[in-house]
Amino acid sequence: MGRVKTIARRSFLIGSVAIAGGVAFGLWRYKTPYANPLLADLPEGAAALTPYVRITSDAITLITPRADKGQGAVSVQAALIAEELDVSLDQIETDFGPPSPAYYNTALAGDAVPFRATNDSWLAETVRDLADAPMKFLGMQITGGSTTVPDGYDKLRHAGAVARETLKATAARLHGVERSALSTETGAVILPDGTRLSYQSLASEAAQTDPVTDVTLRDPSEWRLLGKPMQRIDIVAKSTGTQGYGIDIDQPEMLHAAIRLNPGQGAALASYDATEARTMRGVQKIVEIPGGVAVIADNTWRAIRAAEAITCDWAAAPYPADMADHWQALSDSFTRDAQDSQFRDEGDVEAALAGGAEIEVEYRAPYLAHAPLEPLSATVRYTPERIDIWTGTQVPRFIETNVARITGLDRDRIHVHAEMIGGSFGHRLEDDVVRHATHIAMEMPGRPIKLTYSREEDMAHDFPRQIAMARGRGRVENGRVTAYDLGIAMPSVLSSQMGRQNIPAPGPDLQIVAGAWDQPFAIPDYRVTGYRAPELAPISSWRSVGASSNGFFHDCLLDELIHAAGADPLEERLRLCTHAPSRAVLEAVGEMSNWGSAMDPGAGRGVAYCLSFGVPCAQVVEVSDTEDGIRLDKVYVAADVGRIIDPVNFDGLVKGGVIFGLGHAMNCQVTYADGAAEQRNFDQYPGMRLYQCPEIEVRGLETADKIRGIGEPPVPPAPAALANAIFAATGTRLREMPFDRHVTFA
Amino acid sequence: MQLSVNGADHSLDDLEPEMPLLWALRDVLGIKGPKYGCGIAQCGACTLHIDGQAVRSCQVAVGDVWGPVTTIEGLGTPDAPHPIQAAWIDAQVAQCGYCQSGQIMQAASLLTETPDPTDEDIDDAMSGNLCRCGTYPRIRAAIKAAAKSMNEGA
Repeated sequence: MGRVKTIARRSFLIGSVAIAGGVAFGLWRYKTPYANPLLADLPEGAAALTPYVRITSDAITLITPRADKGQGAVSVQAALIAEELDVSLDQIETDFGPPSPAYYNTALAGDAVPFRATNDSWLAETVRDLADAPMKFLGMQITGGSTTVPDGYDKLRHAGAVARETLKATAARLHGVERSALSTETGAVILPDGTRLSYQSLASEAAQTDPVTDVTLRDPSEWRLLGKPMQRIDIVAKSTGTQGYGIDIDQPEMLHAAIRLNPGQGAALASYDATEARTMRGVQKIVEIPGGVAVIADNTWRAIRAAEAITCDWAAAPYPADMADHWQALSDSFTRDAQDSQFRDEGDVEAALAGGAEIEVEYRAPYLAHAPLEPLSATVRYTPERIDIWTGTQVPRFIETNVARITGLDRDRIHVHAEMIGGSFGHRLEDDVVRHATHIAMEMPGRPIKLTYSREEDMAHDFPRQIAMARGRGRVENGRVTAYDLGIAMPSVLSSQMGRQNIPAPGPDLQIVAGAWDQPFAIPDYRVTGYRAPELAPISSWRSVGASSNGFFHDCLLDELIHAAGADPLEERLRLCTHAPSRAVLEAVGEMSNWGSAMDPGAGRGVAYCLSFGVPCAQVVEVSDTEDGIRLDKVYVAADVGRIIDPVNFDGLVKGGVIFGLGHAMNCQVTYADGAAEQRNFDQYPGMRLYQCPEIEVRGLETADKIRGIGEPPVPPAPAALANAIFAATGTRLREMPFDRHVTFA
Repeated sequence: MQLSVNGADHSLDDLEPEMPLLWALRDVLGIKGPKYGCGIAQCGACTLHIDGQAVRSCQVAVGDVWGPVTTIEGLGTPDAPHPIQAAWIDAQVAQCGYCQSGQIMQAASLLTETPDPTDEDIDDAMSGNLCRCGTYPRIRAAIKAAAKSMNEGA
């Protein structure tokens, strides 16, 4: 069977050239190895063994191309390489590497095809492979979609193994012994007589050795680093104030810029008056840029103050001015014409519901800001010959493309220096701050200029999470859920986001139904329909993207139906669930929470489940209805990522994801008035605070057969588990986020 | 204006007295541990000590500073971390880490005033410090661990 599958996939790939349009062009590129970007800048005597390892006479550097926005990507990527390379994490340096098409992200494309993550049929696998070809063609060096681990798991270990074996081959050649007689440990090849040859000492000779590419990856039972608690590489710096971020960049002769942009996203600056700003201390220059005006000054505070003193006249936003019209546009999108997808349609929902539905409800999820704590910034030094850009980014290649268009410089004259990121949640998948900083820097060639967004500008010009509405109905019989019909309307995140990069996004947008259409439940009459609302405010990927709203919709409708059936919320989910790892996470939270045990009066317990990014995650939330309002007492979470690379980091990311999901569901929204976002700072967009944070108990399971990332999957079930718990405690169903529109939190 | 920061004296006569201390430190003295997050005392990323007391440096005019300033850089170093920083490292609190300088300075102030804090003390002292990554459970654990180690060391 294995052999048949392999042959079928290969012939399908070759044959697909003609049928898949652009894939044909991409396929040739797919077969062509990319040039190794690390050879370009290597000093004398250095050897680049693979695109992920750089060894020189004085350092072993592991290239970790996925951005670190707090999720520990640098440590995880370095550990994957180090495990096979046989180095310890305290003897290596890390580097984000230059932007290069060699760092394409295969896992991202794999989740963009319409097969459920639980579908491992050969057809699904083949289509995922095909989707990979254009992704490689585009050369997307993107950090996102919880793909850092699945994308790097084999690639990075393979890179480490090839490097190790090539170093051994070098030592074998120099000392006249068989490679098989050599071993490696902590950055050295060990000769049969016990002599240690450091990797650095072999570097220049290794450059003359044919790479050994026929390597076998170690069995997990042999791992030294992976699967065990690790100390993050950045943890000391981040605990002592010595970690530098993009906003901390200093360059000789650097000036500082602040910006005023039209709060109506994408609209023009009609006119402005900078008379007062020009006279303010430290102001060097006032610069008009597309959509706004910038101040260049000698420090950040003077720049921000002067920018605030400019009076601007803005053109109207290209989307509805007020929220009521945004909601109306969604409400009007539940039509056959606006139907985007119906990947799930089992049984006969229309017939089942012909006699009416037990439940017929509407849910809403608001726009949300990403609001990482480090506001956006970019430092740019422009000359007609070369441009340098220092910024925290998830999309260095997009930056190159856009800066090339703005400056007219060739790509090899554009140098993007990826900096450590103080949070993102998707914010740094956009490159608007770099575009603005480039326009500003071009006004003063030769001077490095750091553009820092004020918090207010950062939030006013965020491209928020999608606004979304869902309509659900269903039937129950004999204590069971028998019919389930969910329609979801939202604008297309993919089309809005890719549109800003001039990349077409044809076909249905899977994110409109992600976290809903692909849930592993067997309900006799079961349908999930996606409706594409017109583009409203420009939107972007927000931690867990479509599933961030849809996990709430899908699970809450299920919870309401289960309640209508009079069934137990956990038991009925388990009865309906067809996917073993998903059943396991549900059973785990049941056991952890002692599900079914008695609770105090006024207390309630809610369960929720969502499969997103291929990861099943279940949560039980316990709340109490107190005099001060709803108090979150305890959360139990279980998730299955197939294999946990670092249990300490896993635990932190799960808790962080739950808190992110709960906090936004409780009290965050972005609303528009007069075309402008009304929430510009944390007084209007609080999120969860420490005093509200419940105790969170995490269990990681490793039964699923594929390795997956954990950055996003804990987010989608959290709002649903909270809403279901509040219903259990109070009898009030919350169908609209944020919940503080309807209840008070203690 | 004279400013003492982490034991070093600085003359800042050329600055507007109303410039927030945060920006004087970051852009004039090059001390980058205190972070800009909100500018309106809503996030706590700029927290440092003046005369041992935790304050939001975005809200203190440089002309109004009433005592010696200690920033995260003055609390401890990578080679010789303060016990609170050591607890933060042990518990691996940080994710993006951007808020942690402020969290640690706030916690240091709490433990000076309340060496053995209850959960409620921690809630009261720490709830003005926002963490967008959601590291609160480890912040709470690190504060308790630091309190224990500092009390045992005393």
